[in-house]
Amino acid sequence: MCAVEVNKDLIKKVAANARLNLTDEELEKFVPQIKEIIVESFSKLDSIEVDEKPSFQPIELSNKFRRDEVKPSLPIEKVFSNVSKELRKENYFKGPKVL
Amino acid sequence: MKKEETVNFFVSEAKKDFRIVEENLHNVIEEVKFTQNKGLNYFEKFDEEFVLNQLKKLKENQEANLSGKLFGVPISVKDTICVKGLESTAGSKFLKGYVPVFDATVVSNVKKEGGIILGKTTQDEFGFGTFSTNTSRVPKNPFDNERSCGGSSGGGAGFCAITRNYHINIGESTGGSIAGPASFCGVAGFTPTYGRVSRYGLIDYANSLDKIGAIGRNIEDAALLLEVISGKDDNDSTNIGEKYVVDEAPVKKIGVIKELLDSADPEVKKIIQEKINELKKFFIVEEVSLPLNFNYSLPTYHIIASSEASTNLAKLSGLRYGVQGSVEGKHFDEYFSSIRSEEFSEEAKRRIILGTFARMSGFRNAYYLKSMRVRTKLIEEFNNLFKKYDLLISPTMPIISPKFSEISTLSPLQNYSTDLCTIPVNLAGLPHISINAGFSKNMPVGLMAVASHLNENKLYSFAKVMQ
Repeated sequence: MCAVEVNKDLIKKVAANARLNLTDEELEKFVPQIKEIIVESFSKLDSIEVDEKPSFQPIELSNKFRRDEVKPSLPIEKVFSNVSKELRKENYFKGPKVL
Repeated sequence: MKKEETVNFFVSEAKKDFRIVEENLHNVIEEVKFTQNKGLNYFEKFDEEFVLNQLKKLKENQEANLSGKLFGVPISVKDTICVKGLESTAGSKFLKGYVPVFDATVVSNVKKEGGIILGKTTQDEFGFGTFSTNTSRVPKNPFDNERSCGGSSGGGAGFCAITRNYHINIGESTGGSIAGPASFCGVAGFTPTYGRVSRYGLIDYANSLDKIGAIGRNIEDAALLLEVISGKDDNDSTNIGEKYVVDEAPVKKIGVIKELLDSADPEVKKIIQEKINELKKFFIVEEVSLPLNFNYSLPTYHIIASSEASTNLAKLSGLRYGVQGSVEGKHFDEYFSSIRSEEFSEEAKRRIILGTFARMSGFRNAYYLKSMRVRTKLIEEFNNLFKKYDLLISPTMPIISPKFSEISTLSPLQNYSTDLCTIPVNLAGLPHISINAGFSKNMPVGLMAVASHLNENKLYSFAKVMQ
């Protein structure tokens, strides 16, 4: 059994982990909706006993490897074709500060 | 089904006279423009010049393409599948402006067989929905414009239903996104075994569930496209390398899934029941039960799908492609959080939150890991039935397509629950089809048939009897 209290604090914490800032309006809306989904749907799994191994895929798959060979890659201009001018500096992607 | 109505017939005639290709394509282009102008919204992106350039190239290289199985056939592609040089957004404003520099493997396969890429069809954002309403361009059902085409491959199914010319659509299903719209629009939807078709170039929703498949006016067209797009691809590590080849396979015994038939609205149940009575002339038909799937597949699916979606969408951060902002003076946390909060829709945020929750420390074992264990049990339940039955059948959707005014009153949980019939088979990665079984209130009702893994041809043979 997994006891969980779905409230504003929990949803705010989860949203922050997912890099989402929720407005007050979104928070008001999401709390009861997510509570309903977790309590009425997700928690149904509390009532089933399982010893089975997990199926991370619906069919059995084995690891597939390819030869470690050098192949032609995308030309530089294609690599940057979807990048805005502001986020390209020479042949580098420009990102926000990390420190 | 008359042979003249199939794409196979068109291709054989087109190879004799290229004017047939030109006439069909021009008619289809006119239909696309007409439906766009009428606000029916089957296409997210349509570029006439892009299409005509392919026609010109095919005309110049006719001889080299004469063996193509899709010679001159217009193929529309769900927006979540990358087409080189054509904006591909998965129905999301976050990917506005993203123009892929490569083709998805399924698109390359279509081009190799002489197909012409017609455009990108509308869908729920990232596939998050049952009605194609979670997007800015909502496709309208050809049978009643106040109703939904279904989701998430709604635009493709809607256009298949409205066109009077030769055309097939590449759709994608995570929890029923091919079968559901096919049912609501009265066309044929063919979802293959998980891993049959390469997903290289798919803007993914949930990796252990996503399957690319086909929607056509009839099963012959959908099967033909499935054959072309299936097969080995080293660019997809989950691809099983088993090409689908269209053929007949014997079908003797069919199980009707009692719980799903009983859950349908009375009008839908009546039509499916009538069809079952007709099928008894051709097959042994018995009632079967899937109690575990009926009770546990919805929560299991929604935990897995939202968990995987939340990790997939982590890559959208406003860098390298799609919508990008100014990073000047901003810390990465501030930049990523602000752009993600701005660009994701409400439904995407809800699913990201649910999935992040199910994977969080303290809840992971109870939800995420447990759902994967339950899935094993649910697949076993199907496999036990397939020891006795060639196919299992049920309604595809428990309702006819609802009006947009009705959809807007549904809570997210009620909304998710309408996929009751299609979720178990998608969770188990089983091949399935939806074929029209009749009409209720002038709206199509689909019948779903499911086969065991890699037995697509049993579905094909069954559908030909149905049609």
